[in-house]
Formats: sequence, structure tokens, C-alpha cells
Amino acid sequence: MIWEVINNKNSYNVNRKVILLMNMTTDKKTVLSVKDFSVSYLAQRGKVRAVSKVSFDLHAGETLALIGESGCGKSTLTLGLLGLLPTTGNIDGGTLKYTYRDGRQINILDLSSRQMRQFLWSECSMVFQGALNALNPVLKISDMVYETAKAHKMGRKEARDRALDLFAKVRLDATRVFDAYPHELSGGMRQRVLLALALLLRPQVVIMDEPTTAVDILTQRSILEVLKELRAELNFSVIFISHDLAVAAEIADTLATMYAGEIVEIGPVEDVFYNPRHAYTLSLLDAAPRLSADSEELQSIPGSPPDLIEPPSGCKFHPRCRFATSECAESPPPYVQQADNPLHIVRCYHSETVRQERAGATS
Amino acid sequence: MTKTKDKNQPLIELDNISRSFDTTDGVINVLQNINLEINPREVLCLVGESGCGKTTTGKIIAGLLEQSSGDVRVNGAPLDEYNRRERAELRRSMQIVHQDPFASLNPSHTIGQILSFPLKKHKMVRGSSAIRRRVWELLDLVDLTPPGDIVDKYPHQLSGGQRQRVSIARALTVNPQLIVADEAVSMVDVSIRVGLLKMLHNLSEQLDLAVVFITHDLALAKYFAWNGRLAVMYLGRIVEIGRTPDIIRNPAHPYTKALLSAVPEADPTFTRQKQVMQLRSDAIPSLLDVPKGCAFHPRCPFYQEGVCDEKIPVLISPEGYEQRVACTPLTQRGELVLYES
Repeated sequence: MIWEVINNKNSYNVNRKVILLMNMTTDKKTVLSVKDFSVSYLAQRGKVRAVSKVSFDLHAGETLALIGESGCGKSTLTLGLLGLLPTTGNIDGGTLKYTYRDGRQINILDLSSRQMRQFLWSECSMVFQGALNALNPVLKISDMVYETAKAHKMGRKEARDRALDLFAKVRLDATRVFDAYPHELSGGMRQRVLLALALLLRPQVVIMDEPTTAVDILTQRSILEVLKELRAELNFSVIFISHDLAVAAEIADTLATMYAGEIVEIGPVEDVFYNPRHAYTLSLLDAAPRLSADSEELQSIPGSPPDLIEPPSGCKFHPRCRFATSECAESPPPYVQQADNPLHIVRCYHSETVRQERAGATS
Repeated sequence: MTKTKDKNQPLIELDNISRSFDTTDGVINVLQNINLEINPREVLCLVGESGCGKTTTGKIIAGLLEQSSGDVRVNGAPLDEYNRRERAELRRSMQIVHQDPFASLNPSHTIGQILSFPLKKHKMVRGSSAIRRRVWELLDLVDLTPPGDIVDKYPHQLSGGQRQRVSIARALTVNPQLIVADEAVSMVDVSIRVGLLKMLHNLSEQLDLAVVFITHDLALAKYFAWNGRLAVMYLGRIVEIGRTPDIIRNPAHPYTKALLSAVPEADPTFTRQKQVMQLRSDAIPSLLDVPKGCAFHPRCPFYQEGVCDEKIPVLISPEGYEQRVACTPLTQRGELVLYES
């Protein structure tokens, strides 16, 4: 048997084309439409506005990466989407419009807790960050599969076949893993088991919270490859949460940067990376070291993330922003569609200055 | 100190260092035959995946851990040739900055107390006003300004980045010659990370410090140690060592090649066209049962039967490479050939 060292470039391009084609043929059906979604936590000092007025659309087959630093509200946002907020968390407003495969539409927030339990996993599932904590240590993987299947009225036989099939797809030794306890598996294997379990009931949306953060480089690579293959084959939508720009560059179709509970810039991944229009996105890109570049000049962002109990006025990034003017402190900037691509939406008074600076830096 | 000090004398040398730990499952050989020297004012980066022994190496360098066999030489002489007082002094000149700034600072002491304690204990400065002055100076050095706002605060009142700066200031209280930074920025946000690295860099130049930077993040290692050296570790051994640009531009060891090809980059077009090297196996061998010969051979696409699984490779500089590499086929044949079975 010949071991291929280098990924066959052609097959990879074919995959990309398939994904692109699928996006086109599905006519960009919107699966999840989030509008003005706000979440706050009650703390002793007051209300922590963890997520404020977030809006975005998630299309069928699309991967949306939410990028932001710790405390920017990205995890709270997804917990809110799934109704998994801790008791101190409170949804202050907004709608989460979800479209079933048959075209029926609902607002996730209107679901009763019983309906919610059915909705979770069969329509929208989640891959959590700590692969060790997310699996029950006293249950075999098979027990977890059967338990999930039972709760959602899927037959044992079907569940088993589906699980074995998915385990093979994520490049695991399917029968061995099926009968194993979590502690018998390595970190990377557990992460792949979680990925397979999340797809057990054929959900339309899978939310992944930093799935590649706590793993090694080579393991991260194999998870990313597996994820790409699964996506091309099963065509589910992904909300991918990460602080790592490089991972987002690798797998996202759409990129959203979050700062202090708000989405400040969202757009197709190429547009956001190559033509960032928000000062914060630009600063993040300027702070990320690249292997391919030789010696490089990186810039850190001065100051620290804002207090979300008493956030800064106007644009919340203005105290740390090198482009800030008095205007920024007065009122929050509106969301503006960019002329060159209406899918690229930015919330910054100085997007033109950012664009020029970026153009100056790359030319 | 009585030992002669040569200008080109390495600060610290690890000579054939091994370290093992006894566990209920058996003996784990965490480090095997490590040879490494660190020169004054040098930046050396240890990279590798979890379990490769990079932290253990750091701890042995900082004097926090004894080796199981081999010699640690400081300023050219083995440690046991120094008397107790001298050893205490040497021990002080090697400091460590830990990964987690939330766990490494005492929550019930103010920043002022945290920094003045080592100053008093080691009699670095005498008198309370001199100590206070020195604490302010140190806070200034790590850009925690104005120091007056910081000294009376407790660790929980500071952000992660600020806390890590305090840890660095604390390591500097005893005027070290070498700092081991063990994943010192991996728990800090991206936007703040670069600021910390730049500061560490400036400090090493200002204070003539050698820095051993331990990380699993290759891009970070490349950025921080561009003018220094890089050592890539795998399962307790150094597999490739040399000047950072040499290794990043032209990696020689199959493991280094695999790592570099697997790292995603913050550039969508580039990272999606990157050619990823496929390994023969994804399974990471257990440290309890490290493969014979080259530990990477069960996963290596360039595996050569009868060579890689027999002979433990030594670090040699093969033709066409500046760095030293532990790969038998590469050094013997001068090239890597795909394994076919």
C-alpha cells in the first residue's frame, strides 16, 4: 500500500467545489435567523450585558465562525440559542427564528421545556469544549448513544448502525470505540466521538464551542479534516466558536467578530480577512503571528476588555481604538453594508480609514 | 564565584539528561538523553505537543526538578562541584514564570507584598524605603504603570495579562540571568499576548537575560524566537534543533515537517491550499511504551524498515541543512524516501 504524503490537491479542490455547489443549489435557505438577541446575567454589582442585540442569519450548509476574546459573549450567545443558560442568565429580548426541513418556522424562545428537549439534538446539537467533561465517565459510549436515541424515539438498531457509520466517518475504530468507556480514549478520539454523537440525530445545525482548543496540533488537524469531510457529505450548518483566527480561516464560510457582546463585523471569510473594515478586526489580524511570514511586526491592542456592567458609551471598542474620535464615544455606530459586498456588514464610523490603512499596509 | 567565566561559556548545559517518574503503571521515561546548552542572552524556544517533555526540561533548567541521570553544568562546572551557598545563588539566577497567572500568585497578598517578599528574603535591597522603591521600579519595568495604582491591589483585581506581568516582575526581583517562561502567554487573550511577548523581549535585551520559552504554539514560537533557536521535542527527545529561521523555512525532521504543515494560518486562501502531510497513524504512543528506535517511526511516512525501528537516531546536521536533526535515513542517505509496504 502506498502512503500518500501530500494531500491530493485535486480531491481537495473537488471537495471545495462540491461545498460551493451545494451552497448554490440550496439557494441559501436560511436555517436560523437571530434578531436583536440579548442576554444578561445578574451579578451583585448589577446587570452584566453579556450579549446585546446580536443579529445574524445562518444558511443551510454554511459554517459561521464567531471570533472573539474571552468575555466577548460568544459562549453565552450559543448557550442562549439552545436554552442552556445558567439560572442567573436572562434573555432580555430578540427572536430566534428556526426553519425546519419541511419549511415550518418557529421561534426557539417560544418552545416549552418539553418541546425544547425534543428540539435539542434532533434539530440543533452542540459539541462542547472540554471533551473529557462532556462525556459521562461511568457510561460506555454505546450507552450514551442508546440513551440519546431513546429520548428521541430512535430505534436501538438504527442508532447503533448510525453511530458505527459516523464513528467510521470520523476515522475511529468504530466497533472498539462503541464499546469503550471515555477514559479508554485519547483526547482527540473523544473530541471526534463528541462530533459523531452530535450528528447522531441528523441535526440541521451543530454548534461547536472551541472544539480544537485543548488539543495538540496534529490532533487539531485531523479534527479539522474530519469536520470538512463530514460537512461536505452531510451538509449541516455549523456555528463555530473560537478565539483562534487561523482555525476560522481554515473552515469558515462566514466570519463574525464579536466584541463586548456585540457582533462588530460579519461577512464572507475572504472579505473579512483581506478587507477588514472594523478597527477591532484589523487589530486582531495585526496581533496574530503567521508561520509563513518571516520576521514580522505585530501589534497588540492597548488596554483590556471592557466592564460589561458599565460598558463604555458609543462604540464599546473606542477606549482601545487608535482610530477613535469624539463621534465614537457619543453614539453607537450603525450597521453598514459595504458597497463592494452587501453581505459584508460593519459597525464602525471609521471603516473607510481602516480600509485605507489596510490597503496601504498590503500594497 | 571561583569558577572561571568565559564569555562564550554557556550559562547552563544539560549533558545527557534523562528523567523518569515512577507510577503505579510502571516507569515513565519522560526525558531521554537530552543534550542542550543555553548561552547568555539567548532566546531558546522548546516546542512540542503535550507529553513531549518540554515542561520537565524547563523545570530541570530552573532547578525545580532533579534529573534521574546525566549532568547539569552551570557556567562550565557540574552542579555538585559548587558548595551550598554557591548553589543557592545559582538557583536564584534561574527563574521560572508559570503558565497560569490565576494560580501562581497568592490571592491574599497585595502585589506590593508579592514583589517585596523575595527582595527581603534574599536581601536584595535593605530598608523598607529601598524595597518600596525597587517594587515601583519593577512594576515600571513590566509596564504596569502608574505603579501607585497597582501596588496595593490584590491579584483578583487585575486582568490575566496584568497578572502575568506581575509574575514576570516577581521573577525579576532576584536579578536572574535566565528566565524559563513555561507557556507564559497561552492563557492570555490574543490581543494582549503580543504586548507581553514584546515586553519579555525588551527585558531580555535590557537586562541581559537568557529566555527559555516553552510553548505548543509554533507560530508564537516562530515570532518570539526568530533571532534565537528552536528545539522541537517528541516523546522525551529533541528531534530537531537549530536557528529558528532555518527550521521554519526548511524543516528537516519528518515530525517537524508534519507539525508545520498541520498548523492553520490566519489567511483563508493560503491555509486552504496548504499541503498537509499525511501520517501513517494518528495514534500517539504511550510514554509507558515508547516505540523502539526512533519514537516517531510508527507514524512517520518516511519510515525505513530495519533502520528506524532499530537504531536510536542522533542529532547530526545533514547535508543541505544548518540545523541538527535526529533522523537516521536523512543523515545516512541524505534524503527521505516514502515508505511502501
